[in-house]
Amino acid sequence: MKISTIKELIGAEVLCSEDSLGRHVYSACGCDLMSDVLAYVKDQAVLLTGLVNPQVIRTAIMMDMVCVVFVRSKEPTEEMIALAKESGIVLLKTDKRLYEACGILYSNGLTSNKVKQ
Amino acid sequence: MSEPLIFNFDVDGNDFTSAGQASVQIKKNLRQLGLSPETIRRVSIAMYEGEINMVIHAGGGKAQVQVDEEKVTIILEDNGPGIKNIEQAMQEGYSTAPDAIRSLGFGAGMGLPNMKRYSDEMNIESEVGVGTKIVMKVFLQ
Repeated sequence: MKISTIKELIGAEVLCSEDSLGRHVYSACGCDLMSDVLAYVKDQAVLLTGLVNPQVIRTAIMMDMVCVVFVRSKEPTEEMIALAKESGIVLLKTDKRLYEACGILYSNGLTSNKVKQ
Repeated sequence: MSEPLIFNFDVDGNDFTSAGQASVQIKKNLRQLGLSPETIRRVSIAMYEGEINMVIHAGGGKAQVQVDEEKVTIILEDNGPGIKNIEQAMQEGYSTAPDAIRSLGFGAGMGLPNMKRYSDEMNIESEVGVGTKIVMKVFLQ
């Protein structure tokens, strides 16, 4: 699924790295616990989270993730946006809740969860 | 490359928001060396969890990464409180982190298990009241 499609489906606002909206994601992770995100590697994934601190972006960098979605209209800091921009990670913001945002993406086909141990 | 390449970092224990900076930096360094994405990801995740642990539990410490022809070695050293029971600490879900850390997305008892998951070898030396030294090796594919 293209990041631009994710943006449309959950009515999200683009916060940075707009030029990467054409990139594809193949799996997704909805989680506020960064250690759980770090436990399972997924390829070219999107992270949906309600957590707002720089560790969210660093976790995404470590996992080679391409997009982070902040739910419930949570606003990342300037520092977080700069960090994401530097790594070409797209940041999106939606007013949807985590469960709903995940549900919309799942029911539209973003179901794969190719976990590599 | 006969001598290993060495990268040294000081991990600041006073600021949780800056934790992980060394891991972001090492990821860039390893990319410049042309290591495989899989190796880079394993090294940087293992080191990131270690760095977070040092900030949460030990008030910071020192990290060294050595790269030679066959492996990447990560050495993390702190003068923190030490680990009382290493076997227990290695269990997923076991945590002694304060609640405040949990609201930041960590402290769920996954740090050490994740470090083991992403490294090929991991060795922990720890003495209560003295500190902890963790050596992790990731072999190049």
